[in-house]
Amino acid sequence: MTESLARTLAGRAEVLDGLPEHAAIKALLAWDAGALTDAKFDRGELTLTITPEKIRAAAAALESAGYNFLEDVTAVDWFPSSPRFQLSYHILSHTYKERIRLRVMLDGNAPSVESITTVWPSASFYEREVFDLFGIRFEGHPELRRIMMPDEWQGHPLRKDYPVEGYR
Amino acid sequence: MTETIGRPVLEVPIAEGAHDQHMVLNMGPQHPSMHGVLRLVVEIDGEIVVRLHPEIGYLHTGIEKTCEAKFYQQVVPLTDRIDYLSPLANNLCYCLAVEKLLGLEIPEKAQWLRVLLAELTRLNSHLVWLGTHAMDIGALTVFLYTFREREEILRILEGLSGQRMMTSYFRIGGLAMEPPLDFHDRVQKFIRSFPEKIDEYSNLLTGNPIFRNRLKGVGILSAADAVALGVTGANMRGSGVDFDLRRDMPYSGYEKFQFKVPVASDGDCWSRYEIRLVEMRESVGIIQQALDGLPEGPIKADAPKIVLPDREKMKTQMEALIHHFKIVTEGFAVPAGEVYQGIESPRGQMGYYVVSDGTAKPYRVHMRNPSFATLQALETMCKGRMLADVVAVVGSIDIVLGEIDR
Repeated sequence: MTESLARTLAGRAEVLDGLPEHAAIKALLAWDAGALTDAKFDRGELTLTITPEKIRAAAAALESAGYNFLEDVTAVDWFPSSPRFQLSYHILSHTYKERIRLRVMLDGNAPSVESITTVWPSASFYEREVFDLFGIRFEGHPELRRIMMPDEWQGHPLRKDYPVEGYR
Repeated sequence: MTETIGRPVLEVPIAEGAHDQHMVLNMGPQHPSMHGVLRLVVEIDGEIVVRLHPEIGYLHTGIEKTCEAKFYQQVVPLTDRIDYLSPLANNLCYCLAVEKLLGLEIPEKAQWLRVLLAELTRLNSHLVWLGTHAMDIGALTVFLYTFREREEILRILEGLSGQRMMTSYFRIGGLAMEPPLDFHDRVQKFIRSFPEKIDEYSNLLTGNPIFRNRLKGVGILSAADAVALGVTGANMRGSGVDFDLRRDMPYSGYEKFQFKVPVASDGDCWSRYEIRLVEMRESVGIIQQALDGLPEGPIKADAPKIVLPDREKMKTQMEALIHHFKIVTEGFAVPAGEVYQGIESPRGQMGYYVVSDGTAKPYRVHMRNPSFATLQALETMCKGRMLADVVAVVGSIDIVLGEIDR
């Protein structure tokens, strides 16, 4: 493993110091420095935490900065800690040939966030999947329906308080 | 607590002002051209597709949830079952992700063998795609030809792992076991004759006027649409986007291999067909390079607490026996953190997102599967075309329902 990959930078200040020339960080700071609440560089991957209200605008800012391809949207349930849900957006740049992760932390009570389908239409299926399996709502999504589970299903299987086997 | 919003799919409203002429048609889930259990709700005006909704989830088995209840090493066989046509690509992606979490160095021989087998898997997957795609169009013969070669690949895989399809041959930290003695010769013999076989398929299809007319100009996807809709792999390169993870963000030692990445600009089914044929030839080149330059050395990382010891050692050395017992019964703890590992699978960019909380079981495993995103582009490709073209397009984008539904 090369040295640049082995180092770990934790915390907003440390990442901003350590990677001053990173295109994604520069674009986000130029757009709205306040929206970037936390950052981490670990195992060669950059994670940027964005305030939940601004995720759509942050995605748009990154999209115009050359991070043109949305690879993946998914969630992690940190039950019972708070904030409960973590949304992870993996965004790839064909120009810089690198990937960044946007992270949004959401409260466990009626989690809801703005949809990014207006920036990348490909987010549609991924947001439906997160809605189906985690119960996180995406405001402004054109067709927020269950995608894996039957329409009449109760509950959200990938939540940590949903059992792996047996009856609920 | 019912949280479903939006309409159930059967009540898809017919486009406004067209109530008399339009009709809603269900294609699948049980339909031979749907490559598994894909259901398409198609609104048609005569023969012309007006709207198209893919409905998925018929194969949903909750693999992501199951992963959270298994030890890290027990997840490997589950990844096989996601995409049953390219199991080793899934193995590779998962193992690379966990190895990144662990910070584990993989010996060179294992890396080269992984590349070799990943490319062999690509051939395997493309052969099934070509056979079934041509069969959908009506050229039944090609299927018999491609399955003849696929059989040989499956035999090679069986020799390696004892299994034809669900091989689970890659392990966290290396490979399951040494390849058999005749492995080198068998692969060499296979790839020496394989380019001629590609010529055979090409002879059967490329000049065939029916096949050409069914594919040329059908299912057009522009480069901008491909990127916006998350289409990857050969489908994206068929639309003129020149990006391949093997070349642009190399993993598992791909930077040491020379190969070309074919790109076409038409974005139709024909481009996708041509690109996959060239990809097969390039894969043969990579396999040849891997065979010729295969380094000597171990096939497992030197990490006794993570990698199972050799059988011989386990039977003779106390320490190895303890490690074996501990790994099997308790698993191994993986440092907390999150990683996303992307690879170029036969169908496009595959990604595994693994989150660890420091225990022996993954806290969260998410698979980004190429077919899942590709399916979103289906409506764009089929809109305004004849209903029969839907079959050609579904065949040309090479989807596997197992990895869409997981």
